[in-house]
Amino acid sequence: MDNNLYDVIIIGSGPSGLTAAIYTTRANLKTLVIGGRAWGGQLMLTTEVENFPGFAEGIKGPDLMNAMRKQAEHHGAQILEVNYTRLQTPERSDGGQESGNFDAKPFSIITDDDKTYKTKTVIVATGADTKWLDVKGEKEKIGRGISSCAPCDGVFYRGKNVIVVGGGDSAMEEALVMTKFANMVTLIHRRDSFRASEIMQKRVKENPKIKIIYNTEVVEVLGDVKVTGVKIKNNKTNEISEMPIDGIFVAVGHMPNSAIFEGIDKDEKGFIKVYDHTKTNIEGVFVAGDVHDATYKQAVTAAGFGCMAALEVEKYLMDQG
Amino acid sequence: MSGIIFTDSTFEKEVLISEIPVLVDFWAEWCQPCKMVNPLIEELSEEYSGKLKVGKVNVDENSETPGNYSVMSIPTLIIFKKGEPVKTLIGVQSKDVYKRAIEEAISG
Repeated sequence: MDNNLYDVIIIGSGPSGLTAAIYTTRANLKTLVIGGRAWGGQLMLTTEVENFPGFAEGIKGPDLMNAMRKQAEHHGAQILEVNYTRLQTPERSDGGQESGNFDAKPFSIITDDDKTYKTKTVIVATGADTKWLDVKGEKEKIGRGISSCAPCDGVFYRGKNVIVVGGGDSAMEEALVMTKFANMVTLIHRRDSFRASEIMQKRVKENPKIKIIYNTEVVEVLGDVKVTGVKIKNNKTNEISEMPIDGIFVAVGHMPNSAIFEGIDKDEKGFIKVYDHTKTNIEGVFVAGDVHDATYKQAVTAAGFGCMAALEVEKYLMDQG
Repeated sequence: MSGIIFTDSTFEKEVLISEIPVLVDFWAEWCQPCKMVNPLIEELSEEYSGKLKVGKVNVDENSETPGNYSVMSIPTLIIFKKGEPVKTLIGVQSKDVYKRAIEEAISG
């Protein structure tokens, strides 16, 4: 019996990974969370979370994640702030994992500090990261006038003029946060209406510091070292114009963090394919949260998926004996 | 918290005319991701002791230095060598990335 063999390794430490850890540890499974150098997931980059049940007055994203982490650790989860680099699946001559023989054929997870951890099962809960605009002049100016986190970087734009790009709840939040710092906030959206929730849209539309431009896309970011403006295109009239601004906050959606998982089935957008609610195409590898969920993408659904994956891991290990 | 605290007034003396390369961590109290970089910085500070000076600039208390180097997002780490910024790393990166940048600055 290998003492260093984990029952489950959870990759990711957002709501889904930490919820999974709470469930697996309470089921007495030896649990390791590979939390990432930037642990906690997308909620660490938000301010107020008003739709997570149980917090009548709302709760700050980082506070919620700290509480989830404490809860997982309280039940015995071991959490490492390192990045995952590689998953080695056991060679399986018979096409499936031999029943109960995990000591001989565990999964190996390799981290960016060159350590290897062995486990019977894996839950992939790596979530999603900001999708950038993918336009000329953008990449080299990320962090030099282009940001995806108003609560993090807003302070550098005190008294300046910024744009926020996007039409969902996160774009509304970025715009509202920026009104506390910036002189003027312009919200640019490629469609003629927002997909954000009514309550968020109302707050944005009622805020005198926010100007809204619909049917418009950013086609180029201007500036040598830092952002000095954007080239925008009205997609109804095809009219192109330049707008001088100091900062761009990008909130056009997220990309699943799945590229690092070779051998796991994904769809054309990179979301991990789910079989039977929680399983991947590899036996013993489960999946939870935004890395497979292209539809709901909420903290509470991610937590729910984490719970589901954990319960299935427990059942799988029991079936394997 | 280990590491040297640099301010607008000490920056030239401590960083720009330093004999050895200097890693400067631009941070603020309210910045969650900055807190994630802290333990890494401490490890690096020990690993490269004698070869690299490591310190922090609080962007709330010092506006001139972050402004001079166009820091618009934190955490930003800049490696200075002979008074010049030679490497800028924005956001939380893996230890590998930091080490590679430091190795380059020390040897180059």
